[in-house]
Amino acid sequence: MFAPFILALRAAGVPASITEYLALLRAMKEGVAGFSVDDFYHLSRAALVKDERHLDRFDRVFGEIFKGLESPQGEAPRELPTEWLRKIAEKTLTPEEMKQIEALGGFDALMETLKKRLEEQKGRHQGGSKWIGTAGTSPFGAYGYNPEGVRIGQEESRHRRAAKVWDQRTFRDLDEDEALSSRNMKVALRRLRRFARTGAATELDIPGTIGATAKNGGSLDLHMVPERHNAVKVLLLMDIGGSMDDHIRICQELFTAARSEFKHLEFWYFHNCPYERVWRTNRRRKETERPMMEVMRTYGPDWRLVFVGDATMGPYEIIQPGGSVEHWNEESGEVWMNRLTRHFRKAAWLNPIDQQHWRYTQSISIMQRLMENRMHPLTLAGLESMARELAR
Amino acid sequence: MAQFKGTDNYVASRELEVAVNASVALQRPLLVKGEPGTGKTVLAHEIAKALGYPLIEWHIKSTTKAQQGLYEYDAVSRLRDGQLGDPRVHDIANYIVRGKLWDAFEADAPVVLLIDEIDKADIEFPNDLLLELDRMQFFVYETRKTVAAKHRPVVIITSNNEKELPDAFLRRCFFHYIRFPDRETMEMIVRAHYPDIRQDLLREALNVFFDIRQVNELKKKPATSELLDWLKLLTIEDMPAEALRSSDAKTAIPPLYGALLKNEQDVHLFERLAFLARRRGG
Repeated sequence: MFAPFILALRAAGVPASITEYLALLRAMKEGVAGFSVDDFYHLSRAALVKDERHLDRFDRVFGEIFKGLESPQGEAPRELPTEWLRKIAEKTLTPEEMKQIEALGGFDALMETLKKRLEEQKGRHQGGSKWIGTAGTSPFGAYGYNPEGVRIGQEESRHRRAAKVWDQRTFRDLDEDEALSSRNMKVALRRLRRFARTGAATELDIPGTIGATAKNGGSLDLHMVPERHNAVKVLLLMDIGGSMDDHIRICQELFTAARSEFKHLEFWYFHNCPYERVWRTNRRRKETERPMMEVMRTYGPDWRLVFVGDATMGPYEIIQPGGSVEHWNEESGEVWMNRLTRHFRKAAWLNPIDQQHWRYTQSISIMQRLMENRMHPLTLAGLESMARELAR
Repeated sequence: MAQFKGTDNYVASRELEVAVNASVALQRPLLVKGEPGTGKTVLAHEIAKALGYPLIEWHIKSTTKAQQGLYEYDAVSRLRDGQLGDPRVHDIANYIVRGKLWDAFEADAPVVLLIDEIDKADIEFPNDLLLELDRMQFFVYETRKTVAAKHRPVVIITSNNEKELPDAFLRRCFFHYIRFPDRETMEMIVRAHYPDIRQDLLREALNVFFDIRQVNELKKKPATSELLDWLKLLTIEDMPAEALRSSDAKTAIPPLYGALLKNEQDVHLFERLAFLARRRGG
């Protein structure tokens, strides 16, 4: 009955399965949802979505599939009253601009277009981006009309109510490609866990003791095992300063998460591109500096190397000897990168810049090539794919 | 069929009611997630109260094993009894300790079973309970007996998202995400807890509370339970509403902030914000 709905959900990346679909159908049959659309929305959400990160996608698909499905009374499609539009204009336009509008064919003509635009904006497929994107070129954008329509909503709360629940998209923040907190990151980094028993035997091995005691004919024979802990070793090299200032917060969160997640975590800073020296404390850089060769000698190939940086710089900073903006480097960043990736076979690069923009920056493409395509965006999904790759 | 509705003490949204009723009707577990302090655990208590069933709570810790919920075989005391020559030793059933799930299955009337903070346990924990929660029965190897549920219990599972739950487990559950309540709902929640709170105090307190939640740099944003604690303190201290009015989150630290801010970094942040605002103002 709702097969297209399920298929659309799956296409949108919500992993709904047949079991869940059948559960939904059975719940409908039991009459859990009653006869209201809202109830059906709540029920199908409870049955089909199992992760709050997918709630936003669910809302979008639901809106798409069940468009025009409202009860005849109550939640009627809203009209856009002309006074409304006039009010916006009065509020946002200066008298000179009003005169300009007259020149453009009169207020009413303009209102007509604005009304059309507003209706378009309501449509799902437009997603509102058109308004923001073309704000500079459209006649309304030029006069400072607020494209988000927030003002309309606040003026008349009655109309905001009329918006359908799923159209409000209150769960957008939880979609996994968006918000990141250190807690989320910890969850993602947990994939990198590798439990091992090493060190002194401190825990009582109960099954071992029982087995040995039984074999011993009933007299106690105690056995001990070492405690289990995470044996993954992570070396974090972080870009600091310059263009990274925009990403400080997210890097801090990552750092906190990694700190609490890995027992063996070492970190060093570099600027833009790793060269022959790294340092521990940015403020006391000179005192805490260490040659890169020494770092590579200290940490063996069993360490997993994670770079964190935006890789945004002049291309010569990577490929030219002496290309560094801070000092004269004998060997190019490329040589150092190759050296590092050869020594640490498990390596990855986390980039806080939106993946869509990577291809516009030449240095990112170069870095991506040097990393053999192991660059991941610094989002939850990116962290997870990195952790999966490093855990292999 | 028993229906769940919000009670006098617990304000339930319509979506929550639908989710609970669906899981009661289909006898499947209901997985509840949400920000800490939004009333996940309390929900189970309220469901039990609304349905009139007794509540069995199973709190999960990092060391909890799935087997402990079913039963445990106390080998050590059997060993001790064996060495002392106690006659009890001949019946292995004497050393089987029942777990919470067993209690819930063997109850004479339907019960609500709360599995609290399932994400605290090991990653494999939910997988180990798949079959037991699906069929509502399990097999006791030591006594070769099958324990089956007389009445399928209503199972409520809460999670704080510290670990991801396996897909196979999720597929068997209904899911509800407790959203952070908006201002109106929050007012109803407070009224449900403190019916005779002063209107002006409540209004100012909610202003301060939602202002604080606006500050994005906070490590731990205060949630419903923090607000309730704070309001209680304010009423005990008999704080006048004016004392709160000046304390917009940007200009000063709210009185008795200890109930709202649980992290010394957050308190420092507020002191810094207050200092900056004062300097700008003066």
